[in-house]
Amino acid sequence: MTNEGPATVEAATVVKQQDARLQMFAEFWHYFSINKGAVIGLVVFALLILVAIFAPLLAPHSADDQFRDFFLTPPAWQEGGNAQFLLGTDAVGRDILSRLIYGSRFSLAIGFVVVTTALVSGVILGLLAGYCRGWVDTLIMRIMDIILAFPSLLLALVLVAVLGPGLVNAMIAIAFVLQPHFARLTRAAVMAEKNREYVISAKVAGASHLRLMLVTILPNCIAPLIVQATLSFSNAILEAAALGFLGMGAQPPTPEWGTMLAEAREFILRAWWVVTFPGLAILITVFAINLIGDGLRDALDPKLKRS
Amino acid sequence: MLRYILGKLALIIPTFIGITILAFGFVRILPGDPVLVLAGERGLSPERHTALMHQFGFDLPIWQQYLTYLTNILSGDFGTSFSTKTPVLRDFLVRFPATVELAIFAMIFAIIFGVAFGIFAAIRRGSWFDQLTMGTALAGYSMPLFWWGLLLIIVFSGMLHWTPVSGRIDLLYFFKPVTGFMTIDSLISGQKGAFRSALSHLILPTIVLGTIPLAVIARQTRSAMLEVLGEDYVRTARAKGLAPRRVIGLHAFRNALIPVVTTIGLQVGTLLTGAILTESIFSWPGIGKWMIDAISKRDYFTVQGGLLLIALIVMSVNLIVDVLYAVINPRIRAN
Repeated sequence: MTNEGPATVEAATVVKQQDARLQMFAEFWHYFSINKGAVIGLVVFALLILVAIFAPLLAPHSADDQFRDFFLTPPAWQEGGNAQFLLGTDAVGRDILSRLIYGSRFSLAIGFVVVTTALVSGVILGLLAGYCRGWVDTLIMRIMDIILAFPSLLLALVLVAVLGPGLVNAMIAIAFVLQPHFARLTRAAVMAEKNREYVISAKVAGASHLRLMLVTILPNCIAPLIVQATLSFSNAILEAAALGFLGMGAQPPTPEWGTMLAEAREFILRAWWVVTFPGLAILITVFAINLIGDGLRDALDPKLKRS
Repeated sequence: MLRYILGKLALIIPTFIGITILAFGFVRILPGDPVLVLAGERGLSPERHTALMHQFGFDLPIWQQYLTYLTNILSGDFGTSFSTKTPVLRDFLVRFPATVELAIFAMIFAIIFGVAFGIFAAIRRGSWFDQLTMGTALAGYSMPLFWWGLLLIIVFSGMLHWTPVSGRIDLLYFFKPVTGFMTIDSLISGQKGAFRSALSHLILPTIVLGTIPLAVIARQTRSAMLEVLGEDYVRTARAKGLAPRRVIGLHAFRNALIPVVTTIGLQVGTLLTGAILTESIFSWPGIGKWMIDAISKRDYFTVQGGLLLIALIVMSVNLIVDVLYAVINPRIRAN
C-alpha cells in the first residue's frame, strides 16, 4: 500500500508530460496548418516518400531495362507514343517514368544523409564554439568563414574532383559545404541561452559540461535548426542534381535525376520529354520541401506568432 | 568609420590565410604523387619525374612550399595552367569580363522585377496577386537552374527560334576586345547588327542566372515593405492625407531599402554558383565554364588558382557590402 503513492504520482507526471507534449504539438500544428502551401508541400513530400518506398511495386518497368524497339519514344499522349511508356523512353529505350520513380529513392536518400551529416557535425561544432568561447570559438568559426567564402557548388565540385566522382563523395562534399550554416546557427542559439537562469541553476545543481550542452541547452535551440535542416534538405537535392548534371555526382546508369538530365542534354532539341520530366521531378520535390520550410518557420518562429 | 573598416579588414586576414591554405592543400591532398596526377596517363621517365618534382618545388618541406606559394600569390603569381601553359591570372582576366557582364545583366533583371513584384505583393497583401507572386517566387527559388536553362532553350531557341542557343555573339562578327564586355565592344566596333546580336545572346542566360536572385529579392522586398508599412511614421504620413503613391514611394520604400540592399549584396555568391551552371549550359566563355573545363581536364593549377581568385572576389564583395551597410545604417557601426 505504501508503495502505491509515489508510483501514482510518477504515473500522473508521465501523463502530464504527455499532455504537455500533445498540447505543444497541437499548437505547432495550428500555426503550421494556417499556411495552406505548407500543408500541400507536406502532402506532396509524404507521397514522394511512399513512391520511393514502394518503387518496385509502382514502376511499370525496371530502371535499367532497355527496350530496343523503342528508342526516344514520345510520351503516351503524343503522336508516336506508346501506352506502355507513359512518359516516353530515353535514347537507349529505358522507360522514363520507371527511372523517375526509382530516382526518387536517390534524391530523398541524398537529402536525408546529407542533412543528418551536416546537422550532427554542425551542431557539435556550434555547441563547442558557443559553449567554450575563447580560442575554440575563434578557431571553429574562422574555419566556417573560410568554407563560406567559396561558392558552395564550386567548393563541392573541387572536393569531388579530389575525392573522385560518385554519389557518396558528392554527398560528403555537399554535407561539408552545408555544415557551417548549422554551426553558426547553433553557436548563436547557444550563446543566447547560455546565461539564462535555467542553465545557471542546472550548473549550480552540479550538471556536467556535457549534460549542460546536450541536455540543458541544446533542446532549446532546436527550432531554428529544424527550419535550417529543411532548407538544407532542398539545397542538398539541388546541389547533388547539379553535380550529377556536371558529371561529378552519381554516375550513369544510376537513375539519379540530375544524371538523367546530363544524359538527356544532347537530345534537347529532338526529344523534349527526356529533358523535361527529370527536371520537373527535381522542381516539384524541392518546391514541396521549401513550402514545408516556410510553414515551419511561421510555426516555430515566436516573433511571427500572433498570440 | 575608419576604425570599423580596419576592424573588418583585420578579421579578413585569418580568413584569407585559411583560403590560401585550402587552395594550397587541394593539390597536395590529391591521392597519389602530384606530378604523376598532373602527367595523367602519359607516364614519365624517372629523370623527368625528378626534374618536375624539383620544378614545382614538391621536393621541399611542406611549410617551405606553402611560404613560396603565399609569396607568389602576394606578388600576383597564381600559378601556370598545365594545359595552356599561360599564367592562371591571365586566363582568369580574359574570361572574367564575360562573367561580370552576364552577372550585371542578371542582377539588373532581378532587381527591377524583384523589387517591383515585392512592393506590389506587399501593398496587396493576401490578394491573389500576392499569393501568385510569392508562390512563383518560391518556385523560382526551388528551380534547378541547369534544367531551367535547357527548358528555355527548347522553347525559345528550338521551337520559336527567337534566341540563339549558345555563345556571346554570332560568328559573323569579329572584333578585338577592348573592354571585354561584348555589348560595349560591339558598339565600339561599329559593325551593323553586332550589338543586337550580343544582346540577343544575353537574354536567356540573363533570365536563368537572374531567376534565384529575383525570387530572393521579391520575397525580401515584400517582407521589408510589410514591416515598414506597419510603422507609426507610415501611419502618420497616411493620416496627414498624403497620396498613397507618395507614402509608399517616399516613406515606406526608402526605409524598406536597407534589408533589400543587403540581400542584393549577399546574392554575389549565389550569382557565382549560378554562373558555373549557366555558363556551362550556354557555352558562355566566363570563369564558371573555365573552372568546369579545368576540373574535367584535371588542370589542377588552374583549379587551384581559380578557386583562390573566386574566393577573394566573394570575400571582397562581402567586405564592400558590410561597409556600405554601415554607411547606410549608423547603428551597425556603434556595435
